[in-house]
Amino acid sequence: MKRTILFALILLAVLFVACAPAPTPAPTAAPPTAAPKPTDAPKPTTAPAEPTAAPKPTEAPKPTTAAPAPTATAAPRPTIPAGRVAVEFWFGLGKPLGDVLEAVVMDFNKSQTKYYVDAIYKGAYVDTMNAAIAAYRAGKAPHIVQMFEVGTATMMAAKGAIKPVYQLSKETGVVLDPKIYIPAVRGYYSEGENMISMPLNSSTPMMYYNIDAFKKAGLDPTKPPKTWTEVRAAAKKLVDSGATKCGFTFEWPTWTQLENFSALHNVPLATKTNGMMGMDAELKFNSDLHIRHLQTLMDMAKEGSFKYGGRDGAATVLFPSGECGIIHASSAARARIKSESKFEWGVTFLPYYDDVPGAPINSIIGGASLWVMNSPGRTADEYKAIAEFFAYISKPEVDARWHQETGYLPITHGGNDKTKADGFYQKNPGADLPYQQLTRTQPTENSLGLRLGDMPQIRIIVYEEWEKAFQGQQTAKQAMDNAVKRGNDVLRAFEKLYK
Amino acid sequence: MQRRVVFNNRILPYFLLLPQLVITIVFFFWPASQAIYQSVLKQDPFGLRTTFVYLENFSTVLSDPLYIESIQVTIVFSISVTVFVMTLALLFAVMADRQIRGAQTYKTLLLWPYALAPAVAAVLWMFIFHPAIGVFGKTLNNAGLKWDYQLNGAQALLLVVVASSWKQIAHNFLFFLAGLQSIPTAVVEAAMIDGAGGWKLFRAILLPLISPTTFYLITINLVFAFFDTFGVIHALTHGGPGRSTTTLMYKVYMDGYVNLNLGQSAAQSVILMLIVSVLVWMQFRFVEGKVHYT
Repeated sequence: MKRTILFALILLAVLFVACAPAPTPAPTAAPPTAAPKPTDAPKPTTAPAEPTAAPKPTEAPKPTTAAPAPTATAAPRPTIPAGRVAVEFWFGLGKPLGDVLEAVVMDFNKSQTKYYVDAIYKGAYVDTMNAAIAAYRAGKAPHIVQMFEVGTATMMAAKGAIKPVYQLSKETGVVLDPKIYIPAVRGYYSEGENMISMPLNSSTPMMYYNIDAFKKAGLDPTKPPKTWTEVRAAAKKLVDSGATKCGFTFEWPTWTQLENFSALHNVPLATKTNGMMGMDAELKFNSDLHIRHLQTLMDMAKEGSFKYGGRDGAATVLFPSGECGIIHASSAARARIKSESKFEWGVTFLPYYDDVPGAPINSIIGGASLWVMNSPGRTADEYKAIAEFFAYISKPEVDARWHQETGYLPITHGGNDKTKADGFYQKNPGADLPYQQLTRTQPTENSLGLRLGDMPQIRIIVYEEWEKAFQGQQTAKQAMDNAVKRGNDVLRAFEKLYK
Repeated sequence: MQRRVVFNNRILPYFLLLPQLVITIVFFFWPASQAIYQSVLKQDPFGLRTTFVYLENFSTVLSDPLYIESIQVTIVFSISVTVFVMTLALLFAVMADRQIRGAQTYKTLLLWPYALAPAVAAVLWMFIFHPAIGVFGKTLNNAGLKWDYQLNGAQALLLVVVASSWKQIAHNFLFFLAGLQSIPTAVVEAAMIDGAGGWKLFRAILLPLISPTTFYLITINLVFAFFDTFGVIHALTHGGPGRSTTTLMYKVYMDGYVNLNLGQSAAQSVILMLIVSVLVWMQFRFVEGKVHYT
């Protein structure tokens, strides 16, 4: 009797855990830092590892209920004024960048008498994405959802679930002219001339360097390294002289060292304009140049001038802590580096191999955009409200403020011009370099952006293969070949799903 | 002889069972059936296109070398956690069971880790062992030992095993201590009079008498290692470096939540359910016969 009951109980408990749906991610694996991190969130992410200053609430947002998800501070959200057409906007930008976003939304609401945008924080990008998907399946999708750029292919393939921005503009009569947006940003989220989602936060990777350490190592901080040869020499000198423990590192490994590396050197990441021209794209990043670059990094790791700091944004902390003298990090990491570094630092363009003809050309963006979601029972008024909100965030003054307060790139020409006119770049030297790097050449088919199915999964595959290479378990060529092979399997599965 | 209480009312027992049944149905049967249903479908994340694919998801998963790799990782991980936890917990329990000064404080302190969520525990461990900013990790590197769990698979696995175990030791300690304290003093004293000393007393008297506890804890620890360590792995290693800490449970999360491949993720859940059912069944079938119930 006792046995049977005990058995039944344990079995039941076990079954229960086994069959529970995939767990929601626990609070983030943020690399710990003492100070709050103003701008870790900007980079698109495959993992919910967006270190925010305030701890995230442990309970995951319930996707299917309409109940407001608690934000970190759990401040009561303002009630929706009577008589207004309200639309829900789910975002995945942690504090303090999320605060700026909420302020923008609040200003929009103040400027309005008819429409109201209800901004709700839904956790990191990947959580927001899952929440939106679950809500869509339950027929309760939010009107607007913020989605990281590597989710673009998934969203575009979800015809019926989303309403493209150009259609929204046509149906509501609210003008959202593609020409006012910066091409390098707009192109990422467009099909041909048609904008599919609304750009919001875009960043591009830059090279930051520790001026104090440069001086200590006898390097000239006014002439930061430009090429990979120079970066390697400088990193080695930093370590050899004892100025820093680690010479060089990078955050978002694939974004900085693969996706942007390919763009800068004008080599394809994948066929079909990096997937933008069709789902049948094939990965091409096992070229000689790609292998050579991984080999350089492996050699640098061996000689001690480069330190792999982990996946996603895990390595960011190594720069402001003074551990590494040079880092490749998002332009939106600027605010964090500014507030946490106890030394003088500079920012410059990403390096390149100078024997590659034509290099360097423009870099590509990361970040997120806003998607309009369909759901049963949407009214024309609600779509109008969405369109009005999009038009509002595209205004020069709103965009300029967004750019200046967050460190993200301006998304419109107007916002860029306004920032210049404000004299912002005189007061913040180097803050205009990301824009320059992004727009210094006309984008080619290799530097327009990328749109690959299940890109978050492909990024993880590259992490895995690179980590094995850095551990000495395989050669650079094996790592790149394996990553391409496994990545292509992912792309074929994605293609098959939508056929 | 067991005393039986007999209800004359036929409805009442069912009525009393109702709350538990409702909870079980809503939180177990319904989601479990959904998982089984999902495991035979191929579906895009939004549910716009659905194809019935019979057992294709299962055959894909089972023929995937990465899945086999995860099985190996899970086996190493679960056994390490179980052995590590039970050895230390038993040691602590035997120590605390003796008449020592401050035993109460000692017991209380040992229970603290259990109150922490796995993810929080993991963050604490990161503060200690992060190679660049962790207190202890830094010291190791300064001492010339190459400690970097972000790049060394074996070290990463070791770290998640230790971090997961640390949390679970408290729970095991509590059960072992209760088990030891329920052993009649007379038995122990009799053994001592017969000349049994420390080790012999432990091996011949204490260990057999707490075997029901040990048996129960093995099951619980294996289940814990299989399912409850997600937070630790997620916060510390994200399943890396390479795939060295991607357990079956973490793979379910990655495929379902990050990669949005619901069909294969559900298939893996169902396989996990079967694995653990078999595991528990085997324990009762083969191990329990040797367990001495008091």
